[in-house]
Amino acid sequence: MFYQKEIETMQRKEIEALQFERLKKALDAASRTPYYKRLFTDSKIDITKITTIEHLKDIPFTTKNDLRLSYPDGMVAVSKSDIVRLHASSGTTGKSTVIFYTQKDIDNWATLVARSMYSTGARKEDTFQNMMGYGLFTGGLGLHYGAEKLGCMVIPSSTGNSLKQLQLMQDFNTSIIHITPSYALHLVEVIKENGINPHDLNVKKAYFGAEPYSEATREKLEEQWGLDAYNCYGLSEMNGPGVAMECSCKNGMHIAEDYYIAEIINPETGDALPDGEEGELVFTHINREAMPIFRYRTRDLTRIIPELCECGKTHRRIERIKGRTDDMMIVGGVNVFPSQIESVLMNVPEVGNNYRIVLEREEGLDRMHIQVELYSKLFQGDMNALKKLNREIGEKLRALITINPRIEFMEPGSLPPSEGKAKRVIDNRKI
Amino acid sequence: MPHQVSVFAENRPGKISRITELLSENGINIRAITISDSGDYGIIKLLLDKPQQGNECLKNAGFASTLKDIVAIKIDDSPGGLHKAAALLAGENINVEDAYGFTIREKNQAVFVFQVADVPHTEKLLKNAGFEIISDSELYFI
Repeated sequence: MFYQKEIETMQRKEIEALQFERLKKALDAASRTPYYKRLFTDSKIDITKITTIEHLKDIPFTTKNDLRLSYPDGMVAVSKSDIVRLHASSGTTGKSTVIFYTQKDIDNWATLVARSMYSTGARKEDTFQNMMGYGLFTGGLGLHYGAEKLGCMVIPSSTGNSLKQLQLMQDFNTSIIHITPSYALHLVEVIKENGINPHDLNVKKAYFGAEPYSEATREKLEEQWGLDAYNCYGLSEMNGPGVAMECSCKNGMHIAEDYYIAEIINPETGDALPDGEEGELVFTHINREAMPIFRYRTRDLTRIIPELCECGKTHRRIERIKGRTDDMMIVGGVNVFPSQIESVLMNVPEVGNNYRIVLEREEGLDRMHIQVELYSKLFQGDMNALKKLNREIGEKLRALITINPRIEFMEPGSLPPSEGKAKRVIDNRKI
Repeated sequence: MPHQVSVFAENRPGKISRITELLSENGINIRAITISDSGDYGIIKLLLDKPQQGNECLKNAGFASTLKDIVAIKIDDSPGGLHKAAALLAGENINVEDAYGFTIREKNQAVFVFQVADVPHTEKLLKNAGFEIISDSELYFI
């Protein structure tokens, strides 16, 4: 079941040779970007002296903060006229992290996704209903282009509107869905409530991604829907979904090693860890023209599975993500940092210093509630003024984090004080 | 001009009792009370016999509380009594943001208390039309 047999079944030595060849090209391109040019100079790195893949470890890590500092285009290696698209995800404060793509990058990404889908058994005869968010978020468009490349009929239904989703599934015989696990849990209930047995639908496969969930939930979803579910991993800094994806064995996600060099490091020391040990996942993108990124710290914790997969693919696998090394939240698939929310609230004089983020799941969809204390000295005693303030804070936050939080005003002194380690995030979601 | 005390309160059980307890302890009498509610939170509006003192008490206890200017007029406690005032305000294009009323049984009169953007202007209009504006000290001791 190979889409690009030669690449997918390469021996380790061949993979490493290909990686090295692409790494050299990426380094050359990067040395023309303002960010990496300065980094190489400052760190006294002579890229011509990088002669083996092992030398990659001499290059410093790239962090989300580095991307923010080089906003908007400090890491871009091509001329603007060659860029055909951008995507963005949350930065830790203020500016988003923006990723650029040339036409070739978009094509390569689509090929990568098509290949991964193929190894789950997806074929051109399939109807693919894409229930992920379209827009700046990479989840929707990433798999959309891959599925089209594979030749599937794509239904770009995006998130929400469950009855419409159901109707589309019925009317067009949807055979594959792409969906967040939390929404899949909700949608299956809606289907049953409408008197339909989910097993009678034609949906045979689901790609789950964009948020963490457990193996037990996968089994439950597979049973309820009557389908096979495959885990899908990605991050916008490395294109988006498709960086690693499960094959038909459903036993760990194959990293696309012709696109990425994966490392596992000790998040405290930055030292490399051997295959099999759990640590932070670090990626180098070696197959992107517009924006090469080296040793990007994903903050995701997992391990590389040392054994070869039964499917015959030689690309190594990672286990499902175990957690994060930072306080990033994933809300409806969108990455949000508490610091982003704080940066907005601290600039609103009418609210005090204390705030709390409460995450709930309502009808399968994530909801963010932000509780803020009113600052008593600026209270005007006027409901209209409060409603206006509520709207203003909501709009500022939406502009920054792209999701629509519900702002709840609290009485002064009712939230835990900001000193010490106040618990700022209350996650009531269960999956 | 008279004042009312506006207090922010989260919408949960006990929101009124925490305020009334404080006012009671401080010997402050409540003449009227109304709540504007937005679902999650509300503003409790209090007509007190000692508004300044009441406001300070609440603030010192940590409440977000403030004094708001209001207009109070006497109206007849009979059909059409309120309509006369309301029609005048409507004719002058004055928007009543928040209002409540109460009757004074012995005098067969009623008091209409409301919030508008421009208090002095509204008071003047009503006065010219023959309404009796209730003053600060008068209102709290009706």
